[in-house]
Amino acid sequence: MAKVFLPYQLKKSTNNKDFIEVKGSTLNEVIINLEKMFPGTKEHLVQEGRIKPGLAAICGFSATRKGLLQELEEDTEVHFLPSIAGG
Amino acid sequence: MTISFSSKKNYKVIGNNPIRHDGYDKVTGRAIYGADVKLPGLIWGEVLRSPYAHAKIKSINISKAENFDGVFSVITSKDIPINSNGNHIEDLQKRMPNMNLKRDVDNILAREKVLYKGHPVAAIAAKDRNTAKEACKLIEVEYEVLEPVKNVDEAIKKNAPIILEDLEGDHLGKIVTNTNIAKHFRHAFGDIDKAFNNCDLVIEKEFNLQMVHQGYIEPHNATAHWDENDHLSLWSSTQGQFAVRDLTAGFLDLPISKVTTYPVEIGGGFGGKTKVYLPPLAAILSKKSGFRPVKMIMDRVSVFQGSGPAPGGKVIVKIGVTNDRKIQASKVDLKFEAGAFPGSSIAAGSVCSLACYYIPNIQVDAYDVLVNKPKTAAYRAPGSPQVSFGVESVIDEICEKMTWDKIDFRLVNASKEGSRRTDGVLFNKIGFIETLEAAKKSDHWNSKINKRDKNKIYGRGISCGYWHNGGGRSTVDLILQDDGDIALNEGSVDIGGTRTSISMQVAETLGIPVENIHPSIPDTDTIGFTQTTGGSRTTYATGYAGWESAKKLIEEMKKRVSILWEKPEKEIIFQDGEFFSNDSNKKINISELASKINLTGGPVTSTASVNLATAGNGFSTGICDIEIDPKTGKTDVVRYTAIQDVGKAIYPAYVEGQIRGGVVQGIGWALNEEYYIKDDGSMANTSFLDYRMPTALDMPNIEVELVEVHNPLHPFGVRGVGEVCIVPPLGAVANAIKAATGKRIYNTPMNPRKILEVLNYG
Repeated sequence: MAKVFLPYQLKKSTNNKDFIEVKGSTLNEVIINLEKMFPGTKEHLVQEGRIKPGLAAICGFSATRKGLLQELEEDTEVHFLPSIAGG
Repeated sequence: MTISFSSKKNYKVIGNNPIRHDGYDKVTGRAIYGADVKLPGLIWGEVLRSPYAHAKIKSINISKAENFDGVFSVITSKDIPINSNGNHIEDLQKRMPNMNLKRDVDNILAREKVLYKGHPVAAIAAKDRNTAKEACKLIEVEYEVLEPVKNVDEAIKKNAPIILEDLEGDHLGKIVTNTNIAKHFRHAFGDIDKAFNNCDLVIEKEFNLQMVHQGYIEPHNATAHWDENDHLSLWSSTQGQFAVRDLTAGFLDLPISKVTTYPVEIGGGFGGKTKVYLPPLAAILSKKSGFRPVKMIMDRVSVFQGSGPAPGGKVIVKIGVTNDRKIQASKVDLKFEAGAFPGSSIAAGSVCSLACYYIPNIQVDAYDVLVNKPKTAAYRAPGSPQVSFGVESVIDEICEKMTWDKIDFRLVNASKEGSRRTDGVLFNKIGFIETLEAAKKSDHWNSKINKRDKNKIYGRGISCGYWHNGGGRSTVDLILQDDGDIALNEGSVDIGGTRTSISMQVAETLGIPVENIHPSIPDTDTIGFTQTTGGSRTTYATGYAGWESAKKLIEEMKKRVSILWEKPEKEIIFQDGEFFSNDSNKKINISELASKINLTGGPVTSTASVNLATAGNGFSTGICDIEIDPKTGKTDVVRYTAIQDVGKAIYPAYVEGQIRGGVVQGIGWALNEEYYIKDDGSMANTSFLDYRMPTALDMPNIEVELVEVHNPLHPFGVRGVGEVCIVPPLGAVANAIKAATGKRIYNTPMNPRKILEVLNYG
């Protein structure tokens, strides 16, 4: 089970929980299962088969470089956050 | 999911301070900067800029300018291909998902409206610079002047003038039109209201900050040559030659294979040279001027008015604590000035805001707000100094009210491995506590302030800061030369000495002296894609690519030794620059092997490209002593100590230099620097005479203490170092002023006028 932390605006549809546990061994599977649990969430996270522009998926400590193909170990935390750049 | 590296102590190259590879060229003036680029038949370009902060363009008449003697071409926004075509934009937009090319192009030449004073309206190419400047005066632009939006308060008030009529603001996921707020998002966890109710002390304060500029000495410049074969060559002062290539190709609707960018030296960037302003204009002028090469250089006024400063804005900080010295809850509301187009550093600012402390209940609201000022750009740890100023001031106030030791309080609440960042992400191994412990033991913290003048007043402040540092994509190629030296090609622009810091990591891996490595930064056709030098990523990510490339080179050399000795590869061992047979009967070093390499199959080369998902979080603590003249309000920093977790200092002198530079910029931001905006929305202080940056005469010798907490994500334990150092000075100076005067200042800059106000009127 992955622990999924959703953007604030999606928390309402998940009963305002800080995180939800979702089955899946890849990011794609987690998002598919998330959509089954909370219909309508996927469109906020995925666009044209990729993580939505402007959004970063943090898996564990790191932003994924494999996109939806990112493998997830048991109990990995997944955060969907605005992407950030530096100077 | 990530490789973890253990700490190694006995380095031969790393940790030393060799002569830098580009040193001779820089000190003798041989190094080629953008302004030095000369091409046969070169002509000059100049930009006509808006005199108004907000106005509709009713008409532009270029005929007089076109007919002026010596003028080759005049362009307006209609001449930018992306405004009429868009054949390649989808491909480019996919490569740069966080950019909005169609929006960004309006920043390089205005279309229907000008949105800040200095917004480019037209550009001219002429036989020389003066002719181009004179011809600009002949362009007739009819404006309808509109009310300017000068700050976030004006931008969000009811019935505010709307800057971008077609903007669709994203307000917590809801699309909103007719707004100047481009984005509002929130990080939240825990039960914030309940937590505040259970606190013994809650303090909430509002902080206002003015826009500031990075203040790089070298102005923006570009030389472009669009040749008869429809190939574009570009030279420009930039932190990322690939970004210049990609963005220019996007604006000009060219495939990137038609654009080659040649890196030149850079005279300062600090984040401000991550944007593209002149290269597309020079390119179009080149094509329209009969394929002549065109050079453009901004003057200082244009740099202030027309390039990207750091956002000002408003930060509201509320922190609640219980009597056991624990922070239980915090709420931060940050509204940053994006400038005239969306995209301020709210994402980073929000993450950095509370990252130093583990707080179980938080809510951070971030707003990207349009104002009629230049579109903001990155500036060293973008967004972090602004929020840190507020948070660290409130923490100081809490400690004073509760009579708690300021370091001990921070230690109780300090973030550590396993605690959560502001956005909820868990921290890996970090060294914040180590910087606080070093501060507590430091000579500075344990010495009394040197009150050298009885007519002055003195105070000491402490403050902390966070920056996440960057990873990303980098490429390094290595070539074993016949004499055993190594040619190193890297894709990163060298803005802070990274030629040498990357060479040192390669030299350490190969077991040879760094003097035997010869680094170069080739053009965009000659090296694999490498992201912009920024985000404190280069020594970390490009260094990682260098390490990988060196490992590959060693494997290839092993194959050659195997051929030479007629022994299986598995029986060959590499150690400290030498290859041994496992029976120890044979030995050959890299130099000896190089002389025989052609017999074994020709040259030995290697290449490595990496895409690193994360870096190593950076923390810094600053201690600051100030001296105030109560008659004039003039404030001098008389002692400053910067303590920073750097992971591993590859080249300690460079690391210390980066930290000192960041501290000086932070002190300038705290005390004097600001875009002073007049009622008509224009900047009043567009020169270094009036925009008061600190000089060497203003600064004490800044003491630097390097804390080395190994970063397990990097083979040598490197963390980024160039940015977090700018974060603590704002809070440290503010807290020192409070200690000296008994009054707190909530707005930057904390200049003599504000000091006198609090001294005289409270």
